[in-house]
Amino acid sequence: MNRIDQTFTSLASANRKALVAYLTAGDPDFDTSLQILQTACASGVDVLELGVPFSDPTCDGPIIQVASDRALKAGMSLSKTIRLAAELRRTVQTPIVLFSYYNPLFKYGLERVAKEISEAGVDGLLVVDLPPEEAGPLTTALTGKEIHLIRLAAPTTKPDRIRMLADGAGGFLYLITRLGVTGTGGLDYADVAKHAAAVKAVCPHPVCLGFGISTGADARALAPVADGLIVGSALVRVIAQAPADSDLPALVAAKIRELREGMDA
Amino acid sequence: MKSSTYTYPDKSGHFGCYGGRYVGETLMSALMDLETAWNEAKNDPAFMGEFRSMLKNYAGRPTPLDFAERLSNHIGGARIYLKREDCAHTGAHKINNVVGQGLLARRMGKRSVIAETGAGQHGVATATIAARFGMSCKVFMGAEDVRRQAPNVLRMRLLGAEVVPVTSGTSTLKDAMNEALRYWVAEVENTFYIIGTVSGPHPYPAMVRDLQRVIGDEARQQMLDQVGRLPDLLVACVGGGSNAMGLFYPFLDDPCAMLGAEAAGEGLNTPHHAASITGGSPGALHGAMTYLLQNDEGQIQEAWSISAGLDYPGVGPEHALLHDLGRVRYDGVTDLEAVEAFKLLCKFEGIIPALESSHALAAAIREAAKRPKDQAILVCVSGRGDKDLDHITAYMKAHNL
Repeated sequence: MNRIDQTFTSLASANRKALVAYLTAGDPDFDTSLQILQTACASGVDVLELGVPFSDPTCDGPIIQVASDRALKAGMSLSKTIRLAAELRRTVQTPIVLFSYYNPLFKYGLERVAKEISEAGVDGLLVVDLPPEEAGPLTTALTGKEIHLIRLAAPTTKPDRIRMLADGAGGFLYLITRLGVTGTGGLDYADVAKHAAAVKAVCPHPVCLGFGISTGADARALAPVADGLIVGSALVRVIAQAPADSDLPALVAAKIRELREGMDA
Repeated sequence: MKSSTYTYPDKSGHFGCYGGRYVGETLMSALMDLETAWNEAKNDPAFMGEFRSMLKNYAGRPTPLDFAERLSNHIGGARIYLKREDCAHTGAHKINNVVGQGLLARRMGKRSVIAETGAGQHGVATATIAARFGMSCKVFMGAEDVRRQAPNVLRMRLLGAEVVPVTSGTSTLKDAMNEALRYWVAEVENTFYIIGTVSGPHPYPAMVRDLQRVIGDEARQQMLDQVGRLPDLLVACVGGGSNAMGLFYPFLDDPCAMLGAEAAGEGLNTPHHAASITGGSPGALHGAMTYLLQNDEGQIQEAWSISAGLDYPGVGPEHALLHDLGRVRYDGVTDLEAVEAFKLLCKFEGIIPALESSHALAAAIREAAKRPKDQAILVCVSGRGDKDLDHITAYMKAHNL
């Protein structure tokens, strides 16, 4: 059984919600990133989203754009991201979802991506600019692999399309809470709750909320309305804003505990 | 099109394996709405009538077809004919597309428009139509281009647009488009994104082509009326490729050769060029599968050209298909060749072309020299060069030209 499915099944039986953490692979460099990821997984993260740095991240706000730049400048790439995932898998059992734009995967070769991430112990793949209409070749490449292709739904997605996305989703459905790019705050909890309930009603998979969730208060307000919460920019910001020589793994772990406590409150 | 042998894009917006929609889910619904609205509008005689009327009375169409006699004599080969898009309102072909998308935005009830711009010509055209229709307008422009194209920045501001300098990435057209897409995702419910070239997610490449085909439709008729024959060769510059698609499309079933001039910058054998087809490989960027400048791991590489309008690491997906089909040949023109062609057109014809268009002229001159005098080459002068004067003066000084 896929580690993502195992995780959601055991969380559901414990009546707990999933904390899904996004971190950019290789931010600020390969070795530090590995330490941050290991510590994050030991600090309450249920599912890890490992971001493949890309030169043109059009769906991301400034925080993740700059993280992507930092990682690329430190020599990060898709191949090194896969290596990072494999290193991480040697010490942690947390499900890993590779979060990427389509171009690095396409250029690398979809069959090769499927084979190498499968061998690395990756459990899911989320391609932020690949709607189902264009996903045929990737779906084919993933056939026979224990890897879920995670789908996204947005506030602008119409009901019949939500059903189509939900039916085709694997692992969980990533429900975008608000318009805009990653890292913009100011969520209207009541709106999000209403939207989440409508989507959960038609989705046979766990539904996780992402975009704009950054504080323990956000986590506390939204955990009850979904199966999990996805936090990205708020964690990446910790790395960006830490003074030189900080203990980055400890700082990120502290932020994760804040969110975890909010969710479990 | 007079025949039906060429029917791209297909219903899902693909030109063979190119094109499509590689965007975040948030934009899918807006793109589907846009596709529906465009399909209705283009089949509505009232809409198309208003479009044609505005092209005539506002944009100043038809633009002339002009025999470049002294230039042709100087080269001593094939005759060169110029399709004078530099004579259109705002000084470039960009107005054609913007009039159409502006009318569509109004029809869809959108009160604000956004655009990306490189050389500033598309930004100026968008600001122009926003002023004409009383819409608010934001233009995203790379900070480097804001510097290179100062006169156009001033024009946009005079026309009431807000120019947003973009400092992310390489601070050029690619990054302006990234930022426009990010803004659009946040404001998608009220904002119409006027993409300036035959690129982006479906339906933009086909829609922009259909709005720009007026260039080729007019030129084809003008060649028949004024010269009594079709050209042997069509030439246009290709950055995103909208003037080239506009010129080429109505001739696709004719026995005319076609040449797209890509910006070879300091040379195709250097890293400093913007030739996505002749120097790139397939990939997905800004919503479409097409040819891109990228490294082995799919990171987009910086484009380089003296011309801000060609300084883009991708190309419209239909060009990618036409290249693969062998229907259009794509070739590089260096900065230096473009500047030399620029000088020749100034000197022999009294026309100051845009640096973008100078790439097409350089390719046309190269071809004319190889061809006999009874052949005709039709080249698109996509815009006028006033905006480039400071930049080109500095270049000539630096290179002792």
